Amino acid sequence: MMLSLLRIQAIFFKELTQLKRDRMTFGMVIMIPLVQLMLFGYAINTNIRHIPVGVVDQSQSALSRVLVQTISATQVVKFEQQFQDIKTAEDALKRSEIRAILIIPPDVTKRVARHPSSGFGLPASSDEETSRPIAQWLVDGADTAIAATIKSLRNMPLSELVSVKPANRSTPTFEVTLYYNPEQRTAVNIVPGLIGIILTMTMIMFTSAAIVREREQGNMEMLITTPIRSIEIMLGKIIPYIFIGVVQVVIILGLGYLLFDVPVNGSLLSLLAITLLFIAASLTLGLVISTIAKNQLQSTQMTIFVLLPSILLSGFMFPYEGMPLAAQYIAEAFPATHFMRLIRGVVLKDLEFTDLTFDIYWLGLFTIIGLAVASMRFKKTLG
Amino acid sequence: MNNSSESEYAIQAKGLSKHFGDLKAIDNLDISVEKSRIYGFLGPNGCGKTTAIRMLTGLLTPTSGEIEVLGLRLPQEAEKLRLKIGYMTQRFSLYNDLTVKENLQFISKIYGITGTQQKKRIDELLSIYGLNHKQTQFAGSMSGGQRQRLALAAATLHKPELLFLDEPTSAVDPENRREFWEQLFDLCDQGTSVLVSTHYMDEAERCHKLAILEDGVKRADGTPEELMNNMAAHVIEISAPELRQLKQHLMSLPEVITGSQLGARLRVLIHNTVTDPIGFIMQHSNLTADFVDLVRPSLEDVFVTCTGNSRQ
Repeated sequence: MMLSLLRIQAIFFKELTQLKRDRMTFGMVIMIPLVQLMLFGYAINTNIRHIPVGVVDQSQSALSRVLVQTISATQVVKFEQQFQDIKTAEDALKRSEIRAILIIPPDVTKRVARHPSSGFGLPASSDEETSRPIAQWLVDGADTAIAATIKSLRNMPLSELVSVKPANRSTPTFEVTLYYNPEQRTAVNIVPGLIGIILTMTMIMFTSAAIVREREQGNMEMLITTPIRSIEIMLGKIIPYIFIGVVQVVIILGLGYLLFDVPVNGSLLSLLAITLLFIAASLTLGLVISTIAKNQLQSTQMTIFVLLPSILLSGFMFPYEGMPLAAQYIAEAFPATHFMRLIRGVVLKDLEFTDLTFDIYWLGLFTIIGLAVASMRFKKTLG
Repeated sequence: MNNSSESEYAIQAKGLSKHFGDLKAIDNLDISVEKSRIYGFLGPNGCGKTTAIRMLTGLLTPTSGEIEVLGLRLPQEAEKLRLKIGYMTQRFSLYNDLTVKENLQFISKIYGITGTQQKKRIDELLSIYGLNHKQTQFAGSMSGGQRQRLALAAATLHKPELLFLDEPTSAVDPENRREFWEQLFDLCDQGTSVLVSTHYMDEAERCHKLAILEDGVKRADGTPEELMNNMAAHVIEISAPELRQLKQHLMSLPEVITGSQLGARLRVLIHNTVTDPIGFIMQHSNLTADFVDLVRPSLEDVFVTCTGNSRQ
């Protein structure tokens, strides 16, 4: 029951030759990481700025205009429209022309004067008066990220507004020191995570399609009459994609460093080790799909079915900790979740892969189980 | 090369059956294929030819029955058999996006043939099958005939003792088909046993022996001559006007198996319980003996007589 290296190599070189001739697939191997890196690197930004908003100024005073300017200066929002009344403003909100409305009440000057943070101690304001905010935001709360950003304006200091040194500006309760990404650049978190996303996408899709294609075009019917074993076919077919995966990682990390200044703090050996492990896990997932799917359309559908939750639950964009427990369990099953922790650990935090044993073990276990399932199912399809 | 003690048969199967649920794809099939002979499976599409071949190559486990191929018991020793047989599938199953040479090199490696041995064998095959000037052409861009020669070259690359061909000429024109059969006889001459399935009568007629299959059951077997001589019907050809009406009239008689018009002639198969077929026709058609001939049966007549296709 010896595996034949010659036969594995025969499949391997055949696959490379076919890949070389399939310009579209070959192009995708390079273009997918390139384009996605540009897109995600530049487009995704969790620091939201310039949210389009409108204002209903019921006071029409000098102070209200200064208030609008002060808020604009934070660059969080951009005042795009003026409304006469709340009704028309709400219509604009509904049509998504603006994401929030600032309503400045007629007595804004008085409210500012009485507001404790404006620093006018006298005349002493009553409790009821001091508890009144100076103006109101009506927010399109459908998008939680936008809502949270506008909420962050709640405690905006008024010192600039009245150009008086605030009397009761308090010392913060906590001092916060940001490790690993002190400048809070989104790209630092996105770029390593993107490796997980792109490898998940290409590895699963390419392998599942590659084997299904062989069956669809009738080649498998010929192969099964030869002495080749199913495990040899599978190994020969997935090894080229390991190289492709490594090439993609180099593209992403290289460009991430050049364009977005994302450092690679960990050792390259650890990086290679975890990447190969994750590629192996993804490839076996693709193999399992290929043993179930009957044609390339089905394999693509199944890939997408696996791909979406695997990406969304991986912690790439939404923190794992924010998910409900059930979702966390599902997320734990996908290799992408574990890889996300591993790659961010190694790239950003200089972890050795030996420090992350649980994730390593899981990926290893996933690969072994996947291979076993694929070989078993693969045999069945022959009979 | 072969031991003298070895059996004279390349394939022996007894009581071979394959059921898919209620469907009996093959039912109680007995066949014996002699070595260095071309054996044919003749039957319409869906009669179980491919299923039978797959069981005889060890790809499919029979529901019941015994199979011995080249002295190996199936399906237990299927792995060992793989090196000794070649299989040409019904559909072209090499790689369309590889060249002729790349395809052959790939197959060589699968069979463990490398280096100068590989080069020598591929060159040999390229010249036998007239593909020398096509070496660098993609298999997908070749004609049906060329592709089929390539498939035969690939199936015989490792010099198998036994070759299975599943409807090898369905995508090939008559000219190429004749050439293809010449190549099969060459292989046969060199000691290769061949099992070929077909639904073409002219192809079946070229086989040394054949079995007629219908609905998974063997209806008849033997050499084409035997089959034609032992046919349970007489073949009569009638040359007369108004053949359509005559045909209709004759077909209504229980003794007539079938009638088919060939241009100005009507070919009628009459059950051999009728001792004087010419007299029988004259009696039922008011024609004189000048218009009626007793002719030699063809394989198609045999096929029609022993399958249920008699009354279209």
